[in-house]
Amino acid sequence: MTLPKVVRGRAWKFADNIDTDQIIPAKYAIYSLDEKELGKHAMEGVPGRDTWAQGVTEGDILVGGSNFGCGSSREIAPVAIRGAGISLVIADSFARIFFRNAINMGYPIMQSPQAAEAVEEGDELEIDLEQGIIRNFTKGDEYRAEAFPQFMTDLLKMGGLVPWVRKRLEERRRKSSATSG
Amino acid sequence: MGMTMTEKILARGAGRESVRPGDLVLAKVDFAMGHDLTIPPAGKIMREQMGAEKIWDPDRVAVTQDHFQPAKDAASATLGRLTREFSHDMGIKWYFEVGQGGICHTVLPEHGLVLPGELVVGADSHSCTYGALNNFATGIGSTDLACVLALGELWFRVPETLKFVYRNRLKEWVEAKDLILYVIGQIGVDGARSKAMEHTGEALRHIDMEARLTMTNMAIEAGAKNGIMEFDDITREYLDGRAKRPYTPVSSDADAEYEKVFEFDAEKVELGVAKPMSPDNYAPLSEVAGTKLDQVFIGSCTNSRITDLRRAAAVLENHKVAPGVRLIITPSSHQVAIQAEREGLIRTFLAAGAAWTTATCGACLGGHMGVLGEGEVCLSTTNRNFPGRMGHPKALVYLSNPAVAAASAVAGVITHPSEVLARMPAGLA
Repeated sequence: MTLPKVVRGRAWKFADNIDTDQIIPAKYAIYSLDEKELGKHAMEGVPGRDTWAQGVTEGDILVGGSNFGCGSSREIAPVAIRGAGISLVIADSFARIFFRNAINMGYPIMQSPQAAEAVEEGDELEIDLEQGIIRNFTKGDEYRAEAFPQFMTDLLKMGGLVPWVRKRLEERRRKSSATSG
Repeated sequence: MGMTMTEKILARGAGRESVRPGDLVLAKVDFAMGHDLTIPPAGKIMREQMGAEKIWDPDRVAVTQDHFQPAKDAASATLGRLTREFSHDMGIKWYFEVGQGGICHTVLPEHGLVLPGELVVGADSHSCTYGALNNFATGIGSTDLACVLALGELWFRVPETLKFVYRNRLKEWVEAKDLILYVIGQIGVDGARSKAMEHTGEALRHIDMEARLTMTNMAIEAGAKNGIMEFDDITREYLDGRAKRPYTPVSSDADAEYEKVFEFDAEKVELGVAKPMSPDNYAPLSEVAGTKLDQVFIGSCTNSRITDLRRAAAVLENHKVAPGVRLIITPSSHQVAIQAEREGLIRTFLAAGAAWTTATCGACLGGHMGVLGEGEVCLSTTNRNFPGRMGHPKALVYLSNPAVAAASAVAGVITHPSEVLARMPAGLA
């Protein structure tokens, strides 16, 4: 699973400090191993958004405010958002565990205070992931995303922590068979 | 240039002389934790996707059955079974079965499993709790945990450190919980986002280890990566006879660099609460006194250790829970429950009309045994009151210390503990 170069979709706009209990209420943690089921309940805890997931079209883009994904460490938060069909999450800033969970999953996220400020719900967006550019067709605007440290970009590009660990395990096996041989 | 405690631990883990904030490091982990919600996905990712057959060190992993256990429904029973089977298959030494452990963040410190100078990770956001024991401890996700289980190492961004200095001592009735709620109220739920919170100062020398754990527990509520405290006699005494491994304490250099230093006069901090719907919505108790309650919950990794239960019992002794209110008391571990039984606290709770449960995260995360309905108002000794945290998104949750919670259960409205203690006990009136 590698990252797409360009993503297009309609924006869904959320406020500051959206926490993981709102992204996926804890009662749905029983579906921890079922991404589609989690997806049906994504953002259900946000007041007024209890049926949000039903309106998402595959590929849509979620735009959050500051400290997006604060609260619990539950990885089912980004999993549920992906399960709902959201192709990319943009925010003013991310809470740290949500941030690392998304990167570890190889799920694209972007930090862009500019976009978080300017984008309105329903805007048509196109995102160039390689360049870190967000184009707003509805408003005729363009925003920049902040660059991640190289290691994180590499992780995202290779599809997350899973392929990275596989590689590292293989290196270790090779080393140990070389020393024992 | 000197280093902070957090930087020193990460540097050692990474096998480097020094690190600076912003550095990305690959560091060796000393201890890891997962529970019934995070072990099933981590185990699956580790075995099926990463292709690892065993874990890096079965002696350095703890697993608790605490979130939805004893199983609240059939799906939770499956998660419990997957957690149990994985722990057994991997030979995990510190596996805590239902009824024998309790909430991870109480269990690990009380068993001496997380120690000074160590790099600890837990697949739960409140893993930052352990930092009161002078270690670097942080919450991670399930893919993170799978990586740690497979390799014993993980990537970290070295955080900037914010230093919090607490001058003077807390006043009577004011607890560590009030202090940390006040601090979060000052800096906000993202005030320490991705940073280290280093707590120090006179006030901390006069509070016990359990109170310190309450403070580091809530680092995540300010968005912090970790909360950490200095090693002192209180730390040493707590660990004597408990520590499962030798340990080396760590201290910040005199010329360590802090992004910012906050100073607070602990003596000026009042009894307080976090009002709905955010942990940074601090208000002095006087502002919310009289708020009518449907439920009071004393529980969680934040405030349900033995000293918390003692303070609640001291208020509840010879009193009754007010009509129309339910009081639920959930000890945070099996050991806490045993001690509460020995000291007669459970008798006090039951006589007061409280529901006493087994040790579990339970109501704190809206799991079971005290989930709130629409429009209900709850005073809770837990850590988070975002919308929907304890049940219905339109339930209102106030956070407080255990004595305030106990007093408010007796009064039926948010109340100062001294008011209940001044009342004639039930039956003598």
